[in-house]
Order: sequence, then C-alpha cells, then structure tokens
Amino acid sequence: MFESLQLLWIETPGRGLSLLAGLVSTIQIAVGAYALGLIIGLFGALGKINGPAPLKWLLEIYTTLIRAVPELVLILLLYYAGTAALNNMLESFGYETANISGLVAGILVLGFVQGAYSTEVIRAAMLAVPKGQVEAAQAFGMSRRQSVLRILIPAMIPFALPGLSNLWLIVTKDTALLAVVGFFELATTVRESAASTQKYLLFYLAAAAIYLTLTLVSNVIFRRIENRYRRGQAAV
Amino acid sequence: MDWSWIPEYSDRLISGFWLTLQLLLMSATMGFMLAIPIGLVQNTGPKWLSMIARGFCTTIRGTPLLIQLWLIYYGVGSLFPDIDGIRESFLWPYLRAAFPYAVTAFTLSVAGYTGEIMRGAFAGVPKGELEAARAMGMSPFKVLVRIWLPRAVQNVFPTLAGEFVLTLKATPLAATITIYELFGRSTEIRQDTFRVYEPLLLVAGIYILMTAVIVVIFRWFENRIPKPSIA
Repeated sequence: MFESLQLLWIETPGRGLSLLAGLVSTIQIAVGAYALGLIIGLFGALGKINGPAPLKWLLEIYTTLIRAVPELVLILLLYYAGTAALNNMLESFGYETANISGLVAGILVLGFVQGAYSTEVIRAAMLAVPKGQVEAAQAFGMSRRQSVLRILIPAMIPFALPGLSNLWLIVTKDTALLAVVGFFELATTVRESAASTQKYLLFYLAAAAIYLTLTLVSNVIFRRIENRYRRGQAAV
Repeated sequence: MDWSWIPEYSDRLISGFWLTLQLLLMSATMGFMLAIPIGLVQNTGPKWLSMIARGFCTTIRGTPLLIQLWLIYYGVGSLFPDIDGIRESFLWPYLRAAFPYAVTAFTLSVAGYTGEIMRGAFAGVPKGELEAARAMGMSPFKVLVRIWLPRAVQNVFPTLAGEFVLTLKATPLAATITIYELFGRSTEIRQDTFRVYEPLLLVAGIYILMTAVIVVIFRWFENRIPKPSIA
C-alpha cells in the first residue's frame, strides 16, 4: 500500500499530473456550470415572480421536471439531445456539424440542471425581501430595472447564500457524474489511473480526499462571504 | 419517436423497476437506522464518539456518491479475493455480487446525510419534555423511544421525505457497477435497439412517477401525524 503511494506523485510512475489536470478540469466545469445556473436562476426567479402566466407555467415545468429526474438520466438526455439539436440547427443553416468539447458540453448540461435548483433558491430569497423595500425604491422614482438591480438583488443575497453555497457543493460533486459519459474530469482520470495500475483502493481513496478537500475549502470561503453579507444583521 | 420496442422489453423494464425499488427501500431503511445513533451521539454521546460521527457525516457529504460507490465496489471489493479461504466461505457469493456493494454504499450515504438531519432534529426537541419524561421515571431508552425520537422525526418529517427522493435519484449510479436496475435496463435497451432517446425518456417518466408517488405517500403520513406544537 505505502510503496504504491508514489503512484500519486508527479514524477512518472506517478499519476499526480493527470490527477491535477483532472481536478483543474473539474473546477472549470463546476465554476462554469454554477455561473450558468446562477444566470438561469436569476432570470428564472424573476420570471416566476413577475412574468406573464405562460412563462410562469414553463418555468414551473422546467424546475419540477429537472428536480424529479435523476441527474445521470438528465446528463445523458441533455448531452445527446443537446448535441443532436445543435448539429441539426447548424446543418439547416448550412454550416458544418460541430464537435462540442467535453468542457463546454459539461458546463451546458450541468448548468441547465443547476438552473432549476438556483431558480427555486433565488425565488425563495426574493420573496423573503420585505415588500416595502422594493415599494420604497419605486416611490423614489426608480424604474423596475433599477429597483431590481439596486434593491431586490442586493437585498436577497443574504437570504440566498446558504442555499447557493449548498448548490455549489452539489455541482462540484455532480461533475463526477460526467465520468459516465466519459468527459475529461477528475473522476474519469481517477478511473483510468485505477484501471491501468490495478490500485483501485488507492486511487479512489485519493479521489475522495481531493473532493473532500475541495468541499472543506469551499465551506470556509462561503462562510466568509456569508459573514460579510450578514454584517449588521441579526443572527438567523 | 418509435415506441414499438416497449412490449418486447417490458419484462426487463419491470425487473429493473423492482431492483430500483429494492435498492431504494433497503438502503433508505438501513441508512435511517444508522442515522439515529449518528444523530444521537452528537447530542449526548462522549466527545470522541461525537467527533467520529461528525467526521463520518462530513466525509460522506463532502465526496461524490459515485466515488464512494466505486471505492467500495472496486476498491474495497478488490481486497477480498486476497483473503485466504474466503472463496470457500459462505460469504463468497455475496462478496462477488455487485448488489450488496451498492446497498452498502447507498446505506452509508443515506446514513451520512440523514445523520446530519437527525442531529439537528434531536437538538430541536425542547429540553423540558425530556426532563419531564425522566421525572416520570422513564429509563433513558424509554425516553428515546417514546419521546425523543418521535418528537425529532415529527419536526423533520418533510426533510426526510426530500432525502428519500434524493436517494431514489441516486439509484441509477448503481448501473455503473453492472447492476441492471431501471436505468441500467434503459442503457441495455438503447444498445439493443439503437434508439437514443426513447428508452431514456421512458425511464425519466417512470422516475417522475415514482417521485410523485413518494411525495403523495409522505404527505399522507405527514397529515396523519400531529403538527409540531413548538416550531
């Protein structure tokens, strides 16, 4: 067991470099998907609260379906359906069909799934902002856009942060699911390293340790952000 | 869209459905059983036991379930064949099958997530009620069974329902260790029929229905247990 520890090191019998590359890729996918999810969530929440009825229904269907279907099934469906739809579109416009990179596909697929969860978190946070604050902004003559940008969004952040930090932890762990489709990220590199060296226990323990570190570091960062946004507010 | 393959593969889909249900029920039940002591020792246990329980919850919640599953199946599973005489023992058929590994991994995962919920739930029961029970002369075990546990579960019942749905949504991972549950069956059908979407859409629909049924059942129970008087 211990002599095989050098397999985790950077120099060549070691797989350290490819694990590191996998980790970087995992973080890239997680950050991209999280950001995409936040953007979808922000507009989704605004649409669910203020949008016209048909838009509300569409968003309700989106968030309900996405949250009821297993992520693994969604990833496969969105990956195949998404690439097929894109290539159909490209073909009908007379372009060559494109090969979407694993990174971009991973971000799009996980981001779309995250969007459904973000929508619910941000919607709840927006509803928690006292109505009077937005009304006061409008009484000051702010346009709808201004009152959303200057009052509603900054005021809802403290309410949304616990949910959003939870979503970040979920997306970092969900990136591992992309290994099933064979995208390049940490879980994929770990699986390949484990299979080629036959040291399954070692590599999966290492992977668990890396993901755990990522989670613990994220926890510290999110706690700082939360403390910053909660300055001057009563403890919840 | 072509659905003409359904009758031919309905047997396999049904067996996959049962396997998913078995995985779900076994790991949710055993996971909950483990979660009770994990939550409990963090409230009353000795310091070292409470630290172990906390470390367990943090580790389970901080690593992807897929990695835990592979760690247990490929990692821990690779150690057994080296043990002398194990191939002749009665345990060997179980150690060779994938299903027990999946149940173990999911059980531990449920225990980790639910243990954290139960820790908060036990802490949320008003002290006075426990003191009253003790004053009535109940033994510590009776206090737990009659007062502490029921009041704790009552407070977090909706959260437990959510956890149950999350466990259902995690079961497709078992397909990655050669278990032909519902999702595994859809993969098999896709390879057989070369239909890319239809089998996936069908199992997605079945998962949605299962989620809906779980939500309805838990809501029925929720309406039958009295509402917590102190929120």
